[in-house]
Amino acid sequence: MKFVDEFRSGKAAHTLAEAIRRKVTRPWSLMEVCGGQTHAIARFGLDELLPKEINLIHGPGCPVCVTPVALIDQALAIAARPGVTFCSFGDMLRVPGSAEDLFSVKSRGADVRVVYSPLDALALARDLPGREVVFFAVGFETTAPANALAVSQAKKEGLRNFSILVSHVRVPPALEAILASPQRRVDAFLAAGHVCSIMGTEEYYPLVAKFHVPIVVTAFEPVDLLQGIFMAVSQLEEGRAEVENQYTRLVKAGGNRPAQQLIQEVFQVVDRTWRGIGAIPNSGFGLREAYAAFDAAQRFGVSDVGGPESPDCQSGLVLQGLLKPTQCPAFGTICTPEHPLGATMVSSEGACAAYYRYRRFEPAKAL
Amino acid sequence: MAEPLALACPRPLRHDTVQMAHGGGGRLMKELIEGLFLPVLGADPAGLHDSAVIEAGGARLAFTTDGFVVHPRVFPGGDLGELAVYGTVNDLAMAGAKPLALSSAFILEEGLPFAELSPLVVSMKTAADRCGVRLATGDTKVVDRGKADGVFITTAGIGLIPAGVDIHPRRVRLGDAVLVSGDLGRHGIAVMSVREGIQFESPITSDCGPVHHLVAALLDAGLDLHCLRDPTRGGLASVLNEIASAAGVAIEAEEAAIPVDEAVTAACEILGLDPFYVACEGRMVVFLPEGQAGQALDLLRAIPEGAGTARIGRVVAGPAGRVSLRTALGTSRLLDLLSGEQLPRIC
Repeated sequence: MKFVDEFRSGKAAHTLAEAIRRKVTRPWSLMEVCGGQTHAIARFGLDELLPKEINLIHGPGCPVCVTPVALIDQALAIAARPGVTFCSFGDMLRVPGSAEDLFSVKSRGADVRVVYSPLDALALARDLPGREVVFFAVGFETTAPANALAVSQAKKEGLRNFSILVSHVRVPPALEAILASPQRRVDAFLAAGHVCSIMGTEEYYPLVAKFHVPIVVTAFEPVDLLQGIFMAVSQLEEGRAEVENQYTRLVKAGGNRPAQQLIQEVFQVVDRTWRGIGAIPNSGFGLREAYAAFDAAQRFGVSDVGGPESPDCQSGLVLQGLLKPTQCPAFGTICTPEHPLGATMVSSEGACAAYYRYRRFEPAKAL
Repeated sequence: MAEPLALACPRPLRHDTVQMAHGGGGRLMKELIEGLFLPVLGADPAGLHDSAVIEAGGARLAFTTDGFVVHPRVFPGGDLGELAVYGTVNDLAMAGAKPLALSSAFILEEGLPFAELSPLVVSMKTAADRCGVRLATGDTKVVDRGKADGVFITTAGIGLIPAGVDIHPRRVRLGDAVLVSGDLGRHGIAVMSVREGIQFESPITSDCGPVHHLVAALLDAGLDLHCLRDPTRGGLASVLNEIASAAGVAIEAEEAAIPVDEAVTAACEILGLDPFYVACEGRMVVFLPEGQAGQALDLLRAIPEGAGTARIGRVVAGPAGRVSLRTALGTSRLLDLLSGEQLPRIC
């Protein structure tokens, strides 16, 4: 397929893997931040191409995985209300709350629909004036502009039956939390390419300066990932710590300014709880006061709803790179994609699901 | 270790209610069949296949049934009517049978316009004529408005299995070659593009069509077909997993050899889907001895519906039921059974 084939070329991949092999002199742990990167690494078996010194740690960049149980419970409570049409991206439907998932609520008669864009939900709100249409606004900075656009459009049109349940998270504060942890194992980051296409690279300079850690903005195809790894390893071997951009075909230093303005207009930075990790200051977006009327949690009075996470799930350690999925006692035994304990097993981008799907018969590697 | 206690029959299922994934062709559906239907209704001692084989009066008949509920009822490259015929004809063909006759049961929703029903019936007749099979018997029920989605069609079929033909997962052997009769994923993407209102530059048409004549060509040439299966719901990956489990073998597939049209690949990239799990309705997967693979390829490629036939893998030594994929980069990974239907991803 044009535009993808060259980034999946076996020849280029092997050349890069060889370059990494020649460069590396000692063990390094690299965290790929985004779940899409984790998925590509498992799908294409990239870890097999790397020298044994390189340890890939799978980061917290899967929005489905880090959405806290309490928020899923709020979504379930709203979706179960009569008169509500609850819209979500497909992969949120199987994520377990404290008791069940959106599929279960749907099977009991709730109107739960998969959409591909918040604007589809907005269109539904126009078509169904008698129903409350709620969109589950989950995601990192990548999906924030479209959600902001939907809300801003709804306000302009005076649509009173549209609202969003917001669970937006931001990457830089999560990286800072990982770097500041006393158990830190990460030597360098492959930053999430699509997040940076919106936000640019400026947010990462303070982290590099404070923690002396290389951050390489990296895309999602095999050749991209191997090139990103090569750039990060080169920095580490040469004692450098810089922000570098592998994904130059999409990411500009300043990012996408109109998208940032849209986010700025509709959202404000708020504290957020991450599933498995806990509260991280300034790590999310919430609706600004001017758009509070579109906040589904307020509209349906569910802000206090929310149960505890499974005590057997160690996804927090997985998301921080402190545990490989296959090292978890629950992995593949009481925790499977059919009956996941935590979201890292249910989302196709979650590290546990990726290992289960592509790697589950292999012995656990030491970290 | 002691044998585990015999479970109560039916074995308790892990959900209280039926979920969409119970019909998705993945692990949950397997759980429903193995946990409820088989323990209560009884299993074919020969093991499950696309058609059951019934011996009567010295003849061996293949017998199968399938329900068709696709929405939208008309999609690029086909409609519900022809799908209901080809689906059952193909299931018969997977046992090596020559299709003889089909039955057709219609569940119609009150208020369905005849302008929508009539073309489907005409399609069924056209498809049956193309396959040389008779629609011999049928049934009609009408339910209240709101109790069904327009029209559901259930067909059943019988076919005659030629003497000496034995096509079944248990015949799959170490070293067998694995072929697929054309490119994958067209039907699923064609249906999804209409259902979700997604437009592609070049419309993707369903591969919906019969494969019984492909099977006949291989059998007429005297090839020893070990197993056949059509990769419908759950796609190629599910077929390979089902056969690897049923046959107690391991299968290795070559990613670069698996044919997928560029437009289907692009659509899957956009939607976050894997084409190896997307449904086909006019393809089959063939297991046969390595030494006959070349001849089978030539025979199938000479038929228009088999022009895209490719050799995609082989049966290898390894744990029973494991399907691995050698990636285009030369690395290896599992090609697993999904839980249920694939879900489009957030980003």
